[in-house]
Amino acid sequence: MEFFLITLLNSLSYGLLLFMLSSGLTLIFSMMGVLNFAHASFYMLGAYFAYQTGLVFGFWPALFLAPILVGIVGAITERYGLRKVHQFGHVAELLFTFGLAYVIEEVVHLIWGRAPVDYRIPESLNFTLFTLFNTQYPAYRAFMMLVSIGMLISLFLVLTKTRIGMIVQASLTHPDMVQALGHNVPRVFMFVFAGGCALAGLAGVLGGNLFITEPGMAFAVGSIVFVVVVLGGMGSLVGAFIASLLIGSIQTFSVALDLSFLDLMIGLGVTIDPDSNWYGGLSITISQMAPVLPYLLMVLMLIVRPRGLMGTREG
Amino acid sequence: MSDALTKARLLLWGGAAFLFLLLPLVFSGGFSLSMLSQMGIMVIFALSYNMLLGQTGLLSFGHAVYFGLAAFVTAHAINFVEVGALGLPISLMPLVGGMTGLFFSLILGFVTTRRPGTPFAMISLGIAEMVAASALMFTTFFGGEGGIVTNRTAGGVNWGISYGPQIQVYYLIAVWCFVSMVLMFAITRTPLGRIANAVRDNPERAQFVGYNPTRVRWIMMSLAGFFAGIAGALATINYEIITAEALGLMASGNVVLMAFIGGIGQFWGPIIGAVLVTWLQSALSNFTQAWLLYFGLLFLLIILFSPGGISNLVTIHLPAWRAGVVKRLMPSYGYALLTGGLTLIGVIGVIELLYRGALFVGVHAVIPWIASGLMILIGGFFLRRAIRAVRQVWDDLSPELARWS
Amino acid sequence: MELGETMNPKALVLSDVRKQFGQTKIINGVNLEIVAGERHALIGPNGAGKSTLFNLISGRFPVSSGSISLHGSEITNKEPQVINRLGLSRSFQITNIFPKLSVFENLRCSVLWALGYRYSFFRRVSALHDARESAEQTLAMIGLENRRKKMAGELTYAEQRALEIGITIASGADVVLLDEPTAGMSRSETDAAVALISRVTEGKTLLMVEHDMGVVFNIADRISVLVYGEVIATGTPDEIRMNKKVQEAYLGTQLEEDEGSLT
Repeated sequence: MEFFLITLLNSLSYGLLLFMLSSGLTLIFSMMGVLNFAHASFYMLGAYFAYQTGLVFGFWPALFLAPILVGIVGAITERYGLRKVHQFGHVAELLFTFGLAYVIEEVVHLIWGRAPVDYRIPESLNFTLFTLFNTQYPAYRAFMMLVSIGMLISLFLVLTKTRIGMIVQASLTHPDMVQALGHNVPRVFMFVFAGGCALAGLAGVLGGNLFITEPGMAFAVGSIVFVVVVLGGMGSLVGAFIASLLIGSIQTFSVALDLSFLDLMIGLGVTIDPDSNWYGGLSITISQMAPVLPYLLMVLMLIVRPRGLMGTREG
Repeated sequence: MSDALTKARLLLWGGAAFLFLLLPLVFSGGFSLSMLSQMGIMVIFALSYNMLLGQTGLLSFGHAVYFGLAAFVTAHAINFVEVGALGLPISLMPLVGGMTGLFFSLILGFVTTRRPGTPFAMISLGIAEMVAASALMFTTFFGGEGGIVTNRTAGGVNWGISYGPQIQVYYLIAVWCFVSMVLMFAITRTPLGRIANAVRDNPERAQFVGYNPTRVRWIMMSLAGFFAGIAGALATINYEIITAEALGLMASGNVVLMAFIGGIGQFWGPIIGAVLVTWLQSALSNFTQAWLLYFGLLFLLIILFSPGGISNLVTIHLPAWRAGVVKRLMPSYGYALLTGGLTLIGVIGVIELLYRGALFVGVHAVIPWIASGLMILIGGFFLRRAIRAVRQVWDDLSPELARWS
Repeated sequence: MELGETMNPKALVLSDVRKQFGQTKIINGVNLEIVAGERHALIGPNGAGKSTLFNLISGRFPVSSGSISLHGSEITNKEPQVINRLGLSRSFQITNIFPKLSVFENLRCSVLWALGYRYSFFRRVSALHDARESAEQTLAMIGLENRRKKMAGELTYAEQRALEIGITIASGADVVLLDEPTAGMSRSETDAAVALISRVTEGKTLLMVEHDMGVVFNIADRISVLVYGEVIATGTPDEIRMNKKVQEAYLGTQLEEDEGSLT
């Protein structure tokens, strides 16, 4: 029970973090048709910017500054990169963001080196919030959840209550119509791209110190975020939300479970000869399988329901 | 017309074969020889990738899966040969690789080729991640961190060939590379090859002339997997060790870069890309830590300014060549080259300065910083004008060229 | 005209075909019989569902209910390529060609399946003389011989429309569906297109959606009128001209105008 509750809380905070990433990716994809390969790179930039600004101003200003900086980088990327490539079609756009992911990682190497940087949880949040049975629950995770939920609510408000939010929302379902209505689509594109990047940056600020801030973090998270978007259904925010929580819990729980099929079979009273060919495969524990599970789930989803959980577009 | 064309084509292939023969005599050092071998492997790999991207319009981020799996199976096959459990000459190991690639691309292609475009790209990425993650899980087969070590001389000596000396391995790669090139070129000239182009352009219309686009993509992907497998097997023979990196995302990304830098619009584009990228990788990595960055920047520049890659740069000049007006392009090109060079030196200066001492530690040499900065500013300013000048000349020439295109 | 009589076999039969998108009913129980060898025009006001009906027949969209048969065999909800292989070919209202292939290649790709080459990767396509000749014939028929090497995407609009028809008829399918073949053409281009259509559909069954009444009355043996997803009348051009229901629902003023220019 104790294990279950703590793990559930952890998966929730991780899932919300994933949603911060996947929501930006989904918005950009729905709006512009561009799958931003470099999305996780902006997440990484968020963490590094927070580390750097944090050294000067401390964590709290960095919490606001870093996402804004990432947003600015995103805006520049859209204005001087993506917009130029747009005429060559989606494949070129996808390749552009792919190349960008490459370059951002190398620039991070260049500036901050290959080793992890010492981006820490601030002292003011580094305490135990409560103790559940015997397990201590860190305040920072609770703070993360708070910020994520705050972000969720403000994203909801921006999308439903503001003019630009209406335009963005309309373009989720009727992209051509929005264009036809004569909105300054390029500027809206830039705004959405920058906004999505800023969200990724915020996730980086929060996730960077909880996990680890290093040049490999973008690739590690990037492919998981893609899985989330495919699972949820490309272009669906609700789908992205559900899939974020789902993948969040699968990853968190599976890492914690040290069970294997072998254990299960022994539990059921089946004995397996250790010399048998099956023994090695069956003795793989769920925690060993953890890295594969999200992708396996994605492939299964594609076979059963190619458009994802909540997707409406076939792509 | 077609007679002359056939003759020209035969001449070209003959020239290629001759080049394969001759190259190791010119570049005979150990380093060059291993680089040539690597280039041969990568040429096959990049060409097989272009069967997907260039010919069928499938942007795959997981092509190394077939290369890597084939490499592992080949490594095990060679080890079986060594213990006498399998009687297959090393020279034919690429077939084992090819069949492995074919097998896996048949299975995975069935799941993934239903939709082209962005969904296919993402799914290929997901599958690549899945295979890469599984590779770390099944350590018996993939050998964990250390990978699988093998011995290319396991087949003993046949007709004086032991595959001990690198030159013998080079010629093995050369033969397979040549054969694969010819075959892959031939495929573009078959009904399937043409229909693949049609499916790339307009899958819906292809349905209304009787073709099933999913089936076309699936077959093309399987064939691409076959050739990627040949390349993977050759890699195993060449390096005698194979690790999970070979099927990872970096390897998949690398082949995207090669094909795209070389150009996906022409059959021979990826050949240029593979040779250039392989050369840059080993040449640059000796000089600078930042080689990957230069590489990424080159890639971005090509996407932004010449999305057809290097081969496209060549083909757009063919009409000018035929019209005999290349000379008139030269002054503006010289201008652009000069200013571009200056900017480039400035950029390289900044990047290298950054690498010498991390930014925040502080590099005390002020003058190089200022010099690099100035070069970027001045070079960049004039480069913009140079680019405008190049455009101007092209615009002036376009009426004349229209007759020659 | 005697073509409407029951002696001739039916090329295409639609019985009670319905289609709705969500709550919107587009096709409300269409019954239509196309006799083999006739030229049949489908007319009706904008939004009547003509293109949708084409999409249902050719397999682009699944039907909601009802059945469609081609030469007596059921093709309801079959995939487009399957229907095509059974001998039905169609063109599109919005030009739908292979833009990066040459004109010749566009036509050659369109005959490969019909000639039985399927997914072959063992034969050289240039050695397939029947495919080459077939493509050449179509090329001559649509009058684009001097454009053969041009990329299809670079042709003029009228040339692309001609290629669109060429791709449709190249395979020799005996039932041809043309969706507004003269849309967006000038008078002289339309005349050329009419001549082209008459020429290329010789001996075939033609079902054609067309807005230009001049074209319709020039080409069609029989006409069906589709209004709000229902066929309100089918008959020879004269019968349609006289039909009260048609006049009320649709033709009325427009027909008189067009007839003025016709007769």
